[in-house]
Amino acid sequence: MGYPHTSHQRETAVLSQYFGDEEARTLDGWKKRGGYQALEKALGMTPADIVTVVKDSGLRGRGGAGFPTGMKWSFMKPGDGKPHYLCCNADESEPGTFKDREIMRWTPHALVEGCAIGAYAIGAETAYIYIRGEFTEPLIWMERAVQEAYGAGILGANAMGTGKRIDVHVHKGAGAYICGEETAMMNSLEGRRGNPRIKPPFPAVAGVFGQPTTINNVETLAAVCPILMKGAEWYKSMCLSNPKSTGTKLFSVCGNLRKPGTYEVVMGFPFKDFLFDLCGGPLQGRKFKAVIPGGASVPIQTMEEAESTLMDYEGFVAQGSMLGSGGVIVIDDAQSMVRVIARLARFFAHESCAQCTQCREGTAWTTKILERIRDGQGTMEDLDTLLSIADNMTGTTICVLSDSCATPVISGIKKFRPEFEALIHGKRVHSVLAAVA
Amino acid sequence: MSVRSMGGVESPDMASHDSTGHGEPYKAVFTGDGRKELDTLLGRYPTKMAALLPALWIIQRERGWVSDDGMAEVADVLELTPAYVKGVVTFYTMYHQHPVGKYFIQVCTTSPCGICGAEDVVKAFLQHTKTGELGTTSADGKYTVIEVECLGACGFATPVMINEEFLESVTPDTVPTILARLS
Repeated sequence: MGYPHTSHQRETAVLSQYFGDEEARTLDGWKKRGGYQALEKALGMTPADIVTVVKDSGLRGRGGAGFPTGMKWSFMKPGDGKPHYLCCNADESEPGTFKDREIMRWTPHALVEGCAIGAYAIGAETAYIYIRGEFTEPLIWMERAVQEAYGAGILGANAMGTGKRIDVHVHKGAGAYICGEETAMMNSLEGRRGNPRIKPPFPAVAGVFGQPTTINNVETLAAVCPILMKGAEWYKSMCLSNPKSTGTKLFSVCGNLRKPGTYEVVMGFPFKDFLFDLCGGPLQGRKFKAVIPGGASVPIQTMEEAESTLMDYEGFVAQGSMLGSGGVIVIDDAQSMVRVIARLARFFAHESCAQCTQCREGTAWTTKILERIRDGQGTMEDLDTLLSIADNMTGTTICVLSDSCATPVISGIKKFRPEFEALIHGKRVHSVLAAVA
Repeated sequence: MSVRSMGGVESPDMASHDSTGHGEPYKAVFTGDGRKELDTLLGRYPTKMAALLPALWIIQRERGWVSDDGMAEVADVLELTPAYVKGVVTFYTMYHQHPVGKYFIQVCTTSPCGICGAEDVVKAFLQHTKTGELGTTSADGKYTVIEVECLGACGFATPVMINEEFLESVTPDTVPTILARLS
């Protein structure tokens, strides 16, 4: 189906096929569409076999980092005598990203099922779905789905009558972008401030409540169900470019374009066709100027780069950016890049947890300097200062929020420097005139 | 500049709007049904502390905001110190640390919405609610308007949250209709 637009003929709707379908939200509707067959099948397999299928499918994390899911699962040592936990990262807060929201509000049972399979595969009896507090609608649907699944005996002490215990709980966040960082999420889940933790120890060794933990994104877990039903080969065959990027990917598209929304394409799909055909191209009388293709944290692309991109993990890197979360922000020629980047910096300054100096000070000063350039009060020296701060903010902190703030600044100044200089010189010209007058 | 307060609710002296803080004794939330709800939550986690965020949500649902007394009650039932609870409350943006308007309006203005005209939506809310300024409550106690960071519905610019209700594709033109529906 697709939502808010019906699926385009060039889309490959696997996860999105029931978006917009009211009936798919309920347990009965989900079962009619083949729901919970994947879980039933999984519970008849050994955990190791499930991990092998997921490994063979080539599925990689859909939250941003792109780590191979099967390999992540294989880090969880079976039979270590410790309780294992699965955390589903539904703290979708990366600006430009709203794909997980669609999964949760249209196919909540797909996520419950994915969580149950994931938990079983890593030897966990408990899965927590950490949903950001602002997602009131997804929260309602997810809580309802979990309740329905308990009521039908799908979850609980005797999951689907197999004698295996699988609990899934929805945990509501309280407003903090940083809790989408996996170690911050674990702290938050434990009832702490959402400060990221230093790694190692990695979550698979000592995660939430100090126990072995796996954290997976919503889309990743939802993708496990079709993989188990249709097989690793089927999933792996969905690949238009690099064999390291397989399957379909949801891209949420926003900004200045005709048809914003969530689209699902096979990895390696040409980005130019995606933007101009599927998404309908620019608004009347406007031209695309820049794209941030993977959420606010990834480097900004020029249109030249974007139009040469094949949409997979490697394809975006080859054209100066990253696939990230698949949150595509399209910026047209009516916008000021300085204004866009300054507002992003303000976002990161607001969301810094403030435990690392480089980030706490760096995000705040970056914002101040960018806003004064935006307001015509900047100097050429400010550009050097921004790049110097950005350099100090990269690779020097506990988590990558600091790097995420530096990234649009560095790529923005590099690729759109004339816009910054115009604002700076505009101020100079203005002040010279004022002095003459 | 305090990074935590940028763009959000500053922490002004809200005493004049504190309708519940005039010497009325605090009524405990975790008694009767409230206690049962908490016990259900506690069953979901291996530690009591893990129920902290959900417990604070219950306080806010019942009392409209999270007061020092509310934090003390949560600390008591979860065997934490009030100082620890306050440390957690102040980390998260969604817990109100002072009373807010009956309708708490959050308008997303992060870049993706910003380039689609979110600032004009903010202006329209400020104008029509007569709150005048971000983070302050209207004289009749009905409205508080704030800018919020990315609500995660960027394709539906501009998303707006009014209490628990999530609105999509709000424009300056639709603001009066939305407000009329509230009152």
